[in-house]
Amino acid sequence: MNSQPAGDRSERLDGLNARARAMGQAWKPRLAVVADWMTTVDHKKIAILYFLSGMTFLLIAGMEGQLIRVQLAQSELRILDPNLYNQLFTMHGTTMVFFAGMPLIIAYFNFVVPLQIGARDVAFPRLNMFSWWLAVFGGLFLYASVPLGSMPDGGWFAYTPLTNREYSPGRGMDFYVLALLLAGVGTIAGGVNFVVTILNLRAPGMTFMRLPLFTWMALVVSILILLAFPPFTVGLLFLLFDRNFGTHFFDAAAGADPLLWQHLFWVFGHPEVYILVLPAFGIASEVIPTFSRKGLFGYPVVVFSGVLIAFLGFGVWAHHMFAVGMGPLANSVFAGATMLIAVPTGIKIFNWIATMWGGKLRFTTPMLWAIGLVSMFIIGGLSGVMHASPPTDLQQTDTYFIVAHFHYVLIGGLVFGLFAGLYYWFPKATGKMLSDKLGKWHFWLTLAAFNITFFPMHFSGLLGMPRRTFTYPSELGLDGFNLVSTIGAGLFTVAFVPLIVNLWKTLRNGEPAGANPWGAPTLEWSTGSPPPHYNFAVVPRVQRRDPLWHPWIRPEEEEAGDHEDAGPGGVEPRLQPEVAPEPVVMPSNSWWPMVMSIGMLIATVGGLGSLETTLVGAAITLVGLFGWAFEPAFRDGAGHL
Amino acid sequence: MYRTPTDISNRALAALTGLAARRAPVSGGGGSCVEIAAVVAALAAGLGACGGPYPQSAVHPASDMAVKLDDLFDQILWWAAGVFVVVQGILFYTLFRFREKQARRRPREFHGHTLLEIGWTLVPALILVAIAVPTIRVIFEVDRPTTDENALVVEVEARRWWWEFSYPEYDLVTANEMHIPVGRTIDVRMRSADVLHSFWVPRLGGKRDVVPGRENHIWFKADSTGVFLGQCAEFCGVAHALMGFRVIVQDPSEFQEWVGASLLDAPRPTSADGRAGAGVFATSACVGCHTVRGVATAQQGFGPDLTHFGSRLTIGAGILENNVDNLVTWLDSTQHVKPGALMPEVEMSEEQLRQLARFLLEMR
Repeated sequence: MNSQPAGDRSERLDGLNARARAMGQAWKPRLAVVADWMTTVDHKKIAILYFLSGMTFLLIAGMEGQLIRVQLAQSELRILDPNLYNQLFTMHGTTMVFFAGMPLIIAYFNFVVPLQIGARDVAFPRLNMFSWWLAVFGGLFLYASVPLGSMPDGGWFAYTPLTNREYSPGRGMDFYVLALLLAGVGTIAGGVNFVVTILNLRAPGMTFMRLPLFTWMALVVSILILLAFPPFTVGLLFLLFDRNFGTHFFDAAAGADPLLWQHLFWVFGHPEVYILVLPAFGIASEVIPTFSRKGLFGYPVVVFSGVLIAFLGFGVWAHHMFAVGMGPLANSVFAGATMLIAVPTGIKIFNWIATMWGGKLRFTTPMLWAIGLVSMFIIGGLSGVMHASPPTDLQQTDTYFIVAHFHYVLIGGLVFGLFAGLYYWFPKATGKMLSDKLGKWHFWLTLAAFNITFFPMHFSGLLGMPRRTFTYPSELGLDGFNLVSTIGAGLFTVAFVPLIVNLWKTLRNGEPAGANPWGAPTLEWSTGSPPPHYNFAVVPRVQRRDPLWHPWIRPEEEEAGDHEDAGPGGVEPRLQPEVAPEPVVMPSNSWWPMVMSIGMLIATVGGLGSLETTLVGAAITLVGLFGWAFEPAFRDGAGHL
Repeated sequence: MYRTPTDISNRALAALTGLAARRAPVSGGGGSCVEIAAVVAALAAGLGACGGPYPQSAVHPASDMAVKLDDLFDQILWWAAGVFVVVQGILFYTLFRFREKQARRRPREFHGHTLLEIGWTLVPALILVAIAVPTIRVIFEVDRPTTDENALVVEVEARRWWWEFSYPEYDLVTANEMHIPVGRTIDVRMRSADVLHSFWVPRLGGKRDVVPGRENHIWFKADSTGVFLGQCAEFCGVAHALMGFRVIVQDPSEFQEWVGASLLDAPRPTSADGRAGAGVFATSACVGCHTVRGVATAQQGFGPDLTHFGSRLTIGAGILENNVDNLVTWLDSTQHVKPGALMPEVEMSEEQLRQLARFLLEMR
C-alpha cells in the first residue's frame, strides 16, 4: 500500500535520513522507514496501518469461522473439542467486531474524512496514532491468550453469571475484559478526534449540507462511539471487579440482577451495529452517485435518515432480550422502536435506487460492491423485521436464523461496503488502479460464497438449530443445510484469492490512477493520487455540494475525461496545483503515543494478577503522557493545520 | 412419527416458506399440488430434500402457543416476501434500464422529489403498522401468566447441563423428560440453579430464558400426542450443546398412569445382575448426588433423580438412547460422551458397570 513514485519516496527518505543524522544517530534507511511508520501522525499512513491491522484480524477471525463451519459440517462430529469450539466462536465474534470491523471503518475515516473536508490532517494527529496503537495492542493482548491456552470462552456477549469467576474460573474472560477495555480507550479517543475534526477542520464553505455523505456518517458514528462505549466500559469494569475483587454487581445471590449486564452490553451492542453499518451506507452513498453520473438523490433525506437511525439505535437495545421475560409492555415498546428503524433504512435504499434511476450506470468493481450491499442489506433488513416482533423472536432468537440475519447485515452491509470503498479509494491511496477483472472475480465469488454459506442458515434456524452449540444431533435432520453452509464457507476462502492477487499485482505494477480516475465529485479527487503529505497545496474553497461536478459536466468534457470544475475561475475548487505556493508546516512525528500505549499495555497485562506490573505500566504511561504534553506538535517552528 | 415421503415433501415446503405443512396432518397426505410445489421448491433451493424430518422445528407447531407464534410469523413472512420481490425488482429493473450505453445522453440532474420521499416513508411505515398491530396483540396474549385455572403447573429447574421437572400437584420429581397431558394448559415455571439457560421446545412454544434470581414462565396447550424435542437455547458453558430434553405428550389417561407409576418407589430389581447393581449404586459415589426412591437418597441434590430411570428414553439429557450398552459407555466415559458434565467418572470394573446399568434399566 505504501508504494509511491520512486522519486517521492527517495526524497522522503533523504529527509528522514537528514533528520536522523541531525539527531546524532546513524539510522539505516530501512530502519528509518520503520521508525517513520511507528511514529507517524499522518492520517493517510495511520489509515493504512489501521487497514492492515484490521485486515489481518479479519483473516484470523475468518479462519476461526472456517473452523466453526468444519465442526458443524455434519451432525455429531467431534473434530473440535467443545471447549475449543466455545473459545473459537467467542474469539470469532470478539475479533470481528472489535479488532476487524472497528479498525477497518476507522481506517476509512482516517483516509477519507480529512480529504473530503479539505483538511490537511485530523484535529489531534498524535491522538490518532495513540488510538491505533491501542487497537493493535488490544488485539495482540487478546491473542496472547492463544499461546497461553486460555482463550475466552464466554461468547463475545459475555453474559453473566456464566462469565463470573465461579463459572469461568480460568483467565480467558479476563483477557476478554482487559483487551476490550484497552482497545476501548483508543476507540473513544478516535471518536473524539473525528467529531472535533469534522466540526472544526472543514475547508471554507464546506457547510454541513455540503458535507459528503461518508463524512456525515463518520460524524454520526463518532458521536455514537462517544455515547455507546462508556456504558460498555462501565459494564466491563463491573465484570472485572466481580471477577477479581469480590464485588456483586451481577450476582443474583447477593440481590443483584444478572440482566444488568445484558442491558449495559446491548445499550452499547446495538448502537455498535450502526457504528459498523452506517459507514458502509456512507460509502454506498459516495460510490453510487459517482458511477451513476448523477448526484445523490434526496441528499438531506439520506443525511437525516442516517441521523435518525443512529438516534433510534439507542432505543432498541432490549430487542436482544425479548426472551428474558421483561413483560408485555417493555417488549411492545422495544418492538415498536425496532420496527421504526426499518423506515429510515428503507428511505436510504429507495434514495440509492432513485439516484441510479435515470443515471448512466457504470458497473465498475466498486459499483458492483455497492449494488451488492443494497441488495444484500434488503435481505438482512427484512429478516430483522421478522424478529423485531417479539413473539416470532421467541422462536428465532439464539438460532441460526439470527446468525443468518446479522451476517447479512455485517457482511452484506459492512463488508460489501468496505470492499466498495477499497476498490473506490485504493487508486487515491496508492496512485494505482486495481484490476477491474480480478475485482469482479472477487465480487462474484464472494457474493456466491456468502449466500451459499448464510442463506441456508435461515432454514436451519427455523427448523431448530440453536446457536453456540458445538454439535447437533442427527435426529434434527439438519445435516444437509449445515453441509451446504460449510461448503459455502470454504468457497469464501477461495473468494479472497483474487483480492490478494489483485493487491499484490497492482502494488508491483498497477496502472497509474491520476487524480480523479472515476470522475468523482468530492474534494479528495481534486488532489494527487496518492495525495501529498499536506493533502492540499491550496486549501480549497467550497461553493456547493459535489464541488468537482459543478457546473455540470458538459458532454464534450465527459468525452475528454476531464471532469474538473469549469466554473468561474478561482472560486470553485479545481485540481490542486502540483506544488504548494507557500511552505506548508505539518505536525512532526512523535514517539510518545507509542510510549504511552506501551505503558497502558503493560498495565493491562498486570491486570491479569500482578499489581507490580500494573504500577510499572502506569509509570510508563505517565512518562508518555508528560512527554507528549510537553512535546511541541510542530517541531520545526510554530504552525497549525 | 415422521416417516412418510409425503410428509417429508410437505416439510420441505414448510422449510422453504415456513408455511403449508403446519396445517397438514402430521402423518397424513397433503394435496398433490402441495406436494408438487414442495418438490419443485425443494429442488429449486437445492436444499430442502436433503433434510430429514424436523422434530425441533419452529414452523411445525403443535400447541396453541406455537400456533400463535407461527401464524404471526407467516403474516410477517408474507409482507417480507412481498417487499423483497418489489424492492429487488425495482432495483434490478433500474440496473438494467439505466446501464451505460454509448448512445445515451448524459443523465439529467435532479436532486430530489418531495412526494416520492413522503411516499417511500409512508408506505413502509404503513406496512410496519400492519405488522405491529398483530404483533402487539400476540405479545399481550402470550407474554403474560396463563389465565387457565385448570393449568398443570410444571416447575423447571435448569442446571448445568440437565433439566429437573417437578409437578407440585403430584409431589413428583423427574429429569430431562417432561410428561404432560394433551389438551391441558401447562404452566411452566422456571428457575435456574446456576447460570442463564433458555427453555425451548419449538413445536410447543417459543423460548423463555431461565434467569438466576427470578422465576420466568411460559404456557402452552399441546394439541397432539407424541415426543417433542427441546433444548437449552442460551449459551451456558461447555456442554451447552448437550443439554437437550424431551416433552412427552400423552393422552390424559396415559399421563395419569405415568404419574401413578412414577409416584411409586423404584421396583425391586428382578435379575441377579440388577440386585448386584443396586448394591453397587448404594455403596458407590453415585448415591452422593442421585436419589433412587426406595433404594437410597442423595446426600446432595446435584444430580437427576433416577427413580424409574428405566422408563426414560434417553441418557445424559437427550444425548444417547437408553439401553445397556449406551449406559455402560456413559458410566465408563462420561467426559467423552458429554465433555464438561459435572458427573465424575467412577472407577468400576466392567462387571460392576454392567450390573449398575442393569439395575438402572430395571427400574421402570
